[in-house]
Amino acid sequence: MRYPFPTGKNDFIQGNEAIARAAILAGCRFYAGYPITPASEIFEAMALYMPLVDGVSIQMEDEIGSIAAIIGASWAGAKAMTATSGPGFSLMQENLGYAVMTETPIVVVNMMRGGPSTGQPTLPAQGDIMQSIWGTHGDHMLIVLSPSTVQEAFDFTIRAFNLAEKYRTPVVLLGDAEIAHMRERVYIPHPDDVEVINRKLPESEEEHKLPFGDPHGDGIPPMPIFGRGYRTYVTGLTHDEIGHPKTVEAEIHERLIKRIYGKILGHREDIISYEEFELEDADVAIVSTGIVSRSAIRAVKMLREKGVKAGLLKLHTVWPFDFDMIEELAERVRKIYVPEMNLGQLYHLVKEGADGKAEVELIPKIGGEVHTPMEIAEKVVG
Amino acid sequence: MAKKIYSTYPMVKYLRKEALPTALCPGCGGGTVLNAFANAIDGLKIDPRDLVVVSGIGCSAWIASPYFLADTLHTTHGRAIAFATGVKVGLPDKKVVVISGDGDLASIGGNHLLHAARRNIDITVILVNNFIYGMTGGQVAPTTPFGAITTTSPYRNIEHPLQISETVAAAGASYVARWTTAHVYQLIESIKKALQVKGFSLVEVVSQCPVQFGRRNKMKEPAEMLHWFLKNSVPISKAKDMSPEELEGKFIIGEFVNRKRPEYVDEINKLIDEVQGSFGLRGD
Repeated sequence: MRYPFPTGKNDFIQGNEAIARAAILAGCRFYAGYPITPASEIFEAMALYMPLVDGVSIQMEDEIGSIAAIIGASWAGAKAMTATSGPGFSLMQENLGYAVMTETPIVVVNMMRGGPSTGQPTLPAQGDIMQSIWGTHGDHMLIVLSPSTVQEAFDFTIRAFNLAEKYRTPVVLLGDAEIAHMRERVYIPHPDDVEVINRKLPESEEEHKLPFGDPHGDGIPPMPIFGRGYRTYVTGLTHDEIGHPKTVEAEIHERLIKRIYGKILGHREDIISYEEFELEDADVAIVSTGIVSRSAIRAVKMLREKGVKAGLLKLHTVWPFDFDMIEELAERVRKIYVPEMNLGQLYHLVKEGADGKAEVELIPKIGGEVHTPMEIAEKVVG
Repeated sequence: MAKKIYSTYPMVKYLRKEALPTALCPGCGGGTVLNAFANAIDGLKIDPRDLVVVSGIGCSAWIASPYFLADTLHTTHGRAIAFATGVKVGLPDKKVVVISGDGDLASIGGNHLLHAARRNIDITVILVNNFIYGMTGGQVAPTTPFGAITTTSPYRNIEHPLQISETVAAAGASYVARWTTAHVYQLIESIKKALQVKGFSLVEVVSQCPVQFGRRNKMKEPAEMLHWFLKNSVPISKAKDMSPEELEGKFIIGEFVNRKRPEYVDEINKLIDEVQGSFGLRGD
């Protein structure tokens, strides 16, 4: 396979372009989208690249159709992705839940912009953190990753596909308008150096029969994709292990939903990733995710220069959330600051994790600008 | 009794026996549609393993999922055609069929219907039009006849119904036909044609819902509704010479279009060849 962009070397590209290239290297061969700022360049890159790698990029009539098409393509056996921003992401919520319920591996990119409603189309925000976790109705579990650099946007896109395939789940890549349009140096690895995980298909008779069961005890049934003679029945209704609708049996519903929770939460250690900066001896900590982490790193350096023992916990996985890790952190530090580009979302998760063991303070900012390092540092100094 | 029917009914080989009997009400037209579809598949000797059936939400969505023994995707309300688009592009060699109702495909999902027809993607849609939202209790639909009584138009329906077949034909589909559940043989033949046509095909089946529609509109018995269909059906050849006033309340039946137009998946493949050729990537 020849790739329509240079590999095994650095390039200087936009976050959106990096996401498109990473998706192709991860094996994505179906993209469905609808134009929206600030995510359109992902679509444009996919439209350019896909025919060159035997893939398909289709412009659907709306975002609801886009996510529906990628779920259909995933059941047809393809790795599939769509990308959007707030208004489109809101429209996708119902089918995102369908992907959770039918355990369909897909990647949904949401490049956050100011909201609610049409809001600030060209400016970054982090107002969709809670929506990305809890946007669809009903009890559900999925994975949310959030990059803070163009390199991370590239790396996390590959990881998003791998996690989706490994756990048969939708994965949300939560970027923002800044990551989308910023150009940075990115290392595009040689395809042989990219770890690519593919979904398991049923092999044994037992696996054939239980496409929504738990034949291996890890909560992840192999996926009986269409066209292979499995004659699978897939439904968004509550279903038994065979896939048949069972909508009034409490125990079947509970077993299904708890397994879907369990297959993610039971593998938290594999899924959750983060980075620590200067946290070993810190007595104040900053917890951040996404674009704000860049300012937070600089703020920690400024604070250290001033003699303040500050450290940073930079979350790569927004969901599932490691509440225990935050509690442990809260036991070690005097105070935790949560800078985020909204009026308080990640803050509530951190506060719940800290469980009163350290004070947690929100550093909110809305309007379309990333916090400056000084704004964070000044808050910490008080 | 039920078990005996299933052991003697020749089309039972296409059904998920463990899901039977169906949840459809006695007298529902859904069984006729399922039977017609199974007969069409049988007549064309299509291996059900080469078939993916996609449906949305509502009574008619249940016709194929769970009862038809193929890969079936029972999706969200209105979106079946969009899901099917992804399936078809991923599995171009399989027959992809959408079976769902008028509310699902022509109201909440109306835009997907139009654009799939415009794209002329090789999907067959069997749209069961019973003029009503049956599963939710008989609410007015965009297909409900003017003046009809429903639970959300309890006095009378003041809106005019969408002419689905005419609309889809105008949007660019390769094949469009309308029949009623009183025209079973014609229906089977049209489904067979639709499955063989390369491009988007729609078979609209006017179907009876005696429980939610007939009961409130002086047609409590399923047979009364079938008589109503027969009495008011007008072949398309005859309808051409009739005025809109004469056609009020009539069901125009027959083939609306059957034409060759470029098909979407073919166009994708052409584009891939063309683009890879121009970049010298072919033959690597």
